[in-house]
Amino acid sequence: MLHIVNKSPFERNSLESCLKHAVKGSAILLIEDGIYAALKGTQATARVQAAMQDYTVYVLQADVDARGMKGRVLEGVKPVDYAGFVDLATNHNAVQSWL
Amino acid sequence: MSEEMSESGVVKKFMYVNRKAPYGTIYALESLEVVLIAAAFDQDVSLAFIDDGVYQVAKGQDTKSIGVKNFSSTYRALDDYDINKLYVQKESMEARGLTDKDFLVPVEIKTAAELSALMEQQDVLLSF
Amino acid sequence: MKFGILINEGPYTHQASDTAFQFVKAALAKGHQIQRVFFYNDGVNNATKLTDPPQDDRNIVNRWSELAKEHKLDLVVCVAAALRRGIREDNLAAGFRISGLGQLIETGIQADRLVTFGD
Repeated sequence: MLHIVNKSPFERNSLESCLKHAVKGSAILLIEDGIYAALKGTQATARVQAAMQDYTVYVLQADVDARGMKGRVLEGVKPVDYAGFVDLATNHNAVQSWL
Repeated sequence: MSEEMSESGVVKKFMYVNRKAPYGTIYALESLEVVLIAAAFDQDVSLAFIDDGVYQVAKGQDTKSIGVKNFSSTYRALDDYDINKLYVQKESMEARGLTDKDFLVPVEIKTAAELSALMEQQDVLLSF
Repeated sequence: MKFGILINEGPYTHQASDTAFQFVKAALAKGHQIQRVFFYNDGVNNATKLTDPPQDDRNIVNRWSELAKEHKLDLVVCVAAALRRGIREDNLAAGFRISGLGQLIETGIQADRLVTFGD
């Protein structure tokens, strides 16, 4: 399944809830304010790095760029554009948005 | 009832993922309105209450003084539409000081791991 | 592949409608079909023709209308959610239609994937 998180981990528990409910091997895509979870040197970094053992984590590059966070994305987090977002939705059997 | 009678012949698994408390925002009510319509489509419907969503089915809601319609009794009507898979996420319930006695309708308490497995089986997830 | 899209927030306050728009454009560019775009909750506010943003900003409503025209998209606004928020036939933007929630369930059934954009 593809899980989408669009909330900052500093504001809401959407990412935490997603990580509790995504089975191992799932894909997690961070979009909109969710991209703040994909960055180096934050209080969320360790949590996301640990999650990367179990999940593939993607980030919507357009939202990273828009927020001035280019160059801060954690190694191992895979950047995608909107076409890549479409491919992720295509390649997984269902999509859950953690609004 | 049933699968053969479904309008399109297709029966998919729909899960409604409810993560927001009632009244503070409209999501709980409008999610419930979708569920009521879904009942007419003969699909395989379940409802998951996670995070603040567990408050949607808490007993004793009394909205008289806020001037907003109390829609909580509608959850009890779901059974009449053969919608009876209501799952409350255990850790969310416990974190909020609730127990299985605090709900206004029969619910199954599921751990995050159990709920994950159920989610993984769904064809369509509607989150509010 | 057939995509169904659900938009649960209005324009401008949330990015949901913008992200959904970019997703739909990208899906169309890849040759996928958009079975329907369904507007629910405050998402119905994406459908009012009274929307008039400053000139240097995108017009989210017109952008949907134009994309719908170009690709024959089915843009459906939930009637109950719309009436609650003052969206009706008289102020409905081009390319949108008002219909029941059954259309959302139908999208869930008919589309290969349903992708939700909200808050």
